[in-house]
Amino acid sequence: MRRVVVTGLGLVTPLACGVEESWSRLLAGKSGAGTITKFDTTGFATTYACEVPRGDGTDGTFNPDDWMEPKEQRKVDEFILYGMAAAQQAVEDAGWMPEAHEDRIRTGVMIGSGIGGLNSIAETSITLNERGPRRVSPFFVPGALINLVSGQVSIRYGFKGPNHAVVTACSTGAHAIGDAARLIMLDDADVMIAGGAESPIGAIGVAGFNACKALSTKRGHEPEKASRPWDADSDGFVMGEGAGIVVLEEYEHAKARGARIYAEILGYGLSGDAHHITAPPPDHEGAERAMRAALKRAGLEPSAVDYVNAHGTSTMADTIELGAVERLMGDHAENLLMSSTKSATGHLLGAAGAIEAIFAILALRDQVAPPTINLDTPAAETRINLCANTKVEGEINVVQSNSFGFGGTNACLIMGKV
Amino acid sequence: MSDIADRVKKIVVEHLSVEEDKVTENASFIDDLGADSLDTVELVMAFEEEFGIEIPDDAAETIQTFGDAVKFIKEAS
Repeated sequence: MRRVVVTGLGLVTPLACGVEESWSRLLAGKSGAGTITKFDTTGFATTYACEVPRGDGTDGTFNPDDWMEPKEQRKVDEFILYGMAAAQQAVEDAGWMPEAHEDRIRTGVMIGSGIGGLNSIAETSITLNERGPRRVSPFFVPGALINLVSGQVSIRYGFKGPNHAVVTACSTGAHAIGDAARLIMLDDADVMIAGGAESPIGAIGVAGFNACKALSTKRGHEPEKASRPWDADSDGFVMGEGAGIVVLEEYEHAKARGARIYAEILGYGLSGDAHHITAPPPDHEGAERAMRAALKRAGLEPSAVDYVNAHGTSTMADTIELGAVERLMGDHAENLLMSSTKSATGHLLGAAGAIEAIFAILALRDQVAPPTINLDTPAAETRINLCANTKVEGEINVVQSNSFGFGGTNACLIMGKV
Repeated sequence: MSDIADRVKKIVVEHLSVEEDKVTENASFIDDLGADSLDTVELVMAFEEEFGIEIPDDAAETIQTFGDAVKFIKEAS
């Protein structure tokens, strides 16, 4: 099988716009949470979220005009805008903007989203209801469809290889990277732009996740403390937005052009729970099988893993995941570093798996595990070092990223140094 | 230039992000001003909105240039 490496990274997160800007804030223990500014939350159980910081583009702020022309911005939902920004960063970071037809047809895109243009759909539905069908924009459909991040990226750069989009709720980003890597392994492409983008923060999204009792509600007075994976006082996840996108490349292809290689995709595992639409089973053996499948593909024992970026959403499922990781790791648990970066970024749903794979890659690069902030009173005893409230330096050669989604879908990525 | 022409020009400039002096009598939305077919649908919607008129689909197809738009709207309003 052909080897696949990561040669470019791009991030738009609630911590910052930009890879280094997000990573440095993450390591410093910053939170991306705050009071919701995107809509009037009067009457909502949840009044806070992790919004991408807007600004003039300096100091890690996100300026839409830096990434898409104003004329084009009007035609797309925000998740596409975030996806375009992260894709541009990743492509420029990799230095892969080929002009030759032969290169372009061997470069594909697989960027997914959990829900896609939710706010556009909600707003257009109001327009339809109040003003009739003739007032529905011609850009509504192509601005809301999930696969239009992949479509827009391919059009901007002329990438004519496989063009695809993953939709597996909160495991979308991880599945996209894993599936895209397989397209390269199977020789369908030499380079894939892969990841996830999401913009769920809006009245309809918050109301919907509130209705299924998934969101934190009780920390309106201190939103930055609301996302607290594995903490006894957690009360639900904090919604986040943004995008994470990587450039994946066949190893020899990357080597031949002298590309900087961040990591190799060593393993990828998938499984289903066949249990419940929103909850994992009490032992989450499906998560354990996804992790074992990824290790098997990597040809590694669990003891090879140095750092796990957990799914860890700040819900009751956190300790269930912890139990599954402990079973998998056995006595290696006491050597393992694991953190949930959702404590800082909130839960980016379909983009989560992609931004967390990138954080795991940066942990590998910098030999440091980012902290789980707000972990003050552990909900369960464990031998695993959960990096409570401070980053932990250590020898990190193999990293793992877990992602689980509604519907009972699980993905695990294992990455290592080349 | 008439008030209608000014208002039409403003809409075209905003929607297509083009320089005002490019929007001349015979400027074609698609050939000269960079619009695609979906942009022209949106432009027609914006004209309807601004002038409180309805532009039927078959009439919309005949509006290819800035001049066409001004002429149609003058007759319709």
